[in-house]
Amino acid sequence: MSEPVKNPDDKIPDDFQAPKNSGDSDNPNDESDISTSSWERFRRNGYTRYYTKRTIWFLVTLVAAAILNFILPRLMPGDPLAAIMQRVAVGLHDAEQVRAIYYHYLQLFGLDRPVIEQFFIYFGNLFRGDLGLSFSRFPRPVSDIISNAVPWTIGLQLPAILTGWIIGNFLGAIAAYRRRIFDKIVMPASLFVSGIPAFGLAVILLAVFALNLGWFPVTGGYEIGLIPHFSWRFISSIIEHYHLPFWSIVLISIGGQALGMRSMSIYELNADYVRYSRFMGIKDSKIVRYVFRNAMLPQVTGLALSLGTMMGGAIVAEIIFSYPGLGTALLQAVREGDYPLVSGITLVITVMVLASVFLLEIIYGLIDPRVKTTQYE
Amino acid sequence: MKNQIKQLLKSGKFMVGFIVFMSILLFITIYPFFVPGNPLQMIGYNSFIPPGTYLSLYDAVNPNVFVYTLRIPGAAEARIVNTLPMSDREAMRDWLVRAGMPEAAIDIYDPETLLALWNANYDPDERIEGMILADHRAYQRLNNRIQGMFDASALRLYSADPETGEPQFQAPITDTDYIALSDIVNIRRLPLGTDNFGRDMLKQLVQAIGVSLRIGLIAGSIATAIGLLLGLVAGYVGGWVDEIIMFICNLLTVIPGFVLLVLLAFSIGPAGRSVTIVGIVIGLTTWVWTTRAVRSQVLSLRNRDHVNLSKLSGHSLPRIVFKDILPYIASYVVMAFILQVSGAILAEAGLSMLGLGPSTTEVATLGLMMNWAMSFSAHIMGAWWAYFPVVFVIALISFSLNLMNTGMDQIFNPQLRD
Repeated sequence: MSEPVKNPDDKIPDDFQAPKNSGDSDNPNDESDISTSSWERFRRNGYTRYYTKRTIWFLVTLVAAAILNFILPRLMPGDPLAAIMQRVAVGLHDAEQVRAIYYHYLQLFGLDRPVIEQFFIYFGNLFRGDLGLSFSRFPRPVSDIISNAVPWTIGLQLPAILTGWIIGNFLGAIAAYRRRIFDKIVMPASLFVSGIPAFGLAVILLAVFALNLGWFPVTGGYEIGLIPHFSWRFISSIIEHYHLPFWSIVLISIGGQALGMRSMSIYELNADYVRYSRFMGIKDSKIVRYVFRNAMLPQVTGLALSLGTMMGGAIVAEIIFSYPGLGTALLQAVREGDYPLVSGITLVITVMVLASVFLLEIIYGLIDPRVKTTQYE
Repeated sequence: MKNQIKQLLKSGKFMVGFIVFMSILLFITIYPFFVPGNPLQMIGYNSFIPPGTYLSLYDAVNPNVFVYTLRIPGAAEARIVNTLPMSDREAMRDWLVRAGMPEAAIDIYDPETLLALWNANYDPDERIEGMILADHRAYQRLNNRIQGMFDASALRLYSADPETGEPQFQAPITDTDYIALSDIVNIRRLPLGTDNFGRDMLKQLVQAIGVSLRIGLIAGSIATAIGLLLGLVAGYVGGWVDEIIMFICNLLTVIPGFVLLVLLAFSIGPAGRSVTIVGIVIGLTTWVWTTRAVRSQVLSLRNRDHVNLSKLSGHSLPRIVFKDILPYIASYVVMAFILQVSGAILAEAGLSMLGLGPSTTEVATLGLMMNWAMSFSAHIMGAWWAYFPVVFVIALISFSLNLMNTGMDQIFNPQLRD
């Protein structure tokens, strides 16, 4: 609004266009006067650049994560085959025989080759989705164990984190808008809840609702003794077992999201456009909608950034319920010193987080058109 | 700086967080003086002893303890009410129902009225129609048992003769005998009971808070040091150094810290995972945020007039950094540090749950206590005292630190203020 006053020299073109622009509109409509074809090109170009950049970045991160995943477990001191030898060599007294078996496994896992060669084999296998063989559940391939666990983890965490995010944002916006009433309750409560580790809340929910009240089953993803198949009984059993892990993750994610949304909304409520709209006499409900939409944008980024931590916490919470997901598999792998499995699980978790972040970035690009210009600078 | 501290003291949020945190610190410093001894000593031979005050039965029945006689009305009833087994209460209810009482009028969870009902209605000679003789006799025995509880001279104290092993009569114990609590030397208060190994939970918790805070402090210091250094270098030097640092930062922002933490902790192996190492590992995975915050602050400070003036005056780089840049970003660094401490405590707890926490038998940490409680199914045994205080303390520490951080945020970030 104050721009024309600031630069008196620019007044001349403004005066020329005066009949077109109606009075005090602060909308920079001038840009639409640029010829449509070049505007379209600019627009398309911005998006293409944004998405190409994000895709390349995503691939680079993926490779870096895979490299880290290869290197870190190989730094482990001690013999990686100790776990499997303990299992296989039970009852064998002949040292020669034990050594032969040991050498056999050394070759099988490719551990006798130079590290560089192992590295290329590892990457070649990765491309074929081969994560090696598990040490602790020996002939089973790691990819098989993981592909059994992944649907449980995704099925649990994706809806739970999203639900928590939506409820949290809603509460945060209300807390920001109705400062006096909600702020005194929602804000300290969110702060306290966001400090509880997910597994801690999981234990408490389990003790109260499953053990004391008996409303929900105690462990597992479905009733013990049921064979996974498509039937009403199996599905209802899954739903019964779903409640507690689901709500423990939802409750935890509400806290952090509400806090973020609250400060974002307060920030927006103090923005100039809100004051301006108030002076214009726009209805409060309409302003709240503007504020909510603008405060949501950083929350999408916030979700992308906190996703890793949230999923980490939720994966540990799975252990409490012995939910048949990645967390329980990870615990067993750690206990047994099964490093192909540990490294496979961490890689899959990384890929899941990266893919979700990538997806969120695509969505963000769609809802916030400014990204194409920031990339254009 | 002085002004900011004054403002902090006025900020309600900061002060509440600060006071809570300081109270925790004060408690864990003072408590060991009152209850000395090794927190990890196994004192209980039962697992999960509930919270309470335990006095030595041996000392209490010692004939040398001075016995007072007190006649307190209602004492006998209170004793029976407290010790009447559930099976007996159910049997009483069954008899009363068979004798024609409506079942709704009987509440076996209210032993006092149940007893009154029983005494009013039960007649040992009355033979209820359709009841077999064995049941009739069983109810008579039950009645005798209940009436026997009122019998005051039921207990006699014997001790074994040291030579023959024959029991020797020592003293009768009647229901009016009382001893003073102060006469019993061996009383042990277990405000939070014991864990599965029979270790005093509160003592362990006090130690664990200290160790976990130490982990938080180590991790926070390392993360802040790395973050500050890299942020300063990236922001001030710029160019390709900045690009490389930011590349690593961006990588570590998307690759979840949790994954790195698990991989690193697993790679180190159980032999190398001491408390300090776990703290260092957590610190190594959480410096990204400090780096980003410091870098963006330095970028905006770099071209301010006072920095340029300092440069023109020929001041050395360390002097510019310490005198002209650091004071402006100190508040951000302190805030990031506080968050890192609380984050590290949570991270340690998560790692320990996966069995990747400090592998030590010398000390407890909050995560290890949680892991022990879960490994021995404290929640299924109903031993809430083995896990709930731990979860609560973790939440309280993190709550107080976050509150301090929010309070500081509002002071250093005026746009968030009311």
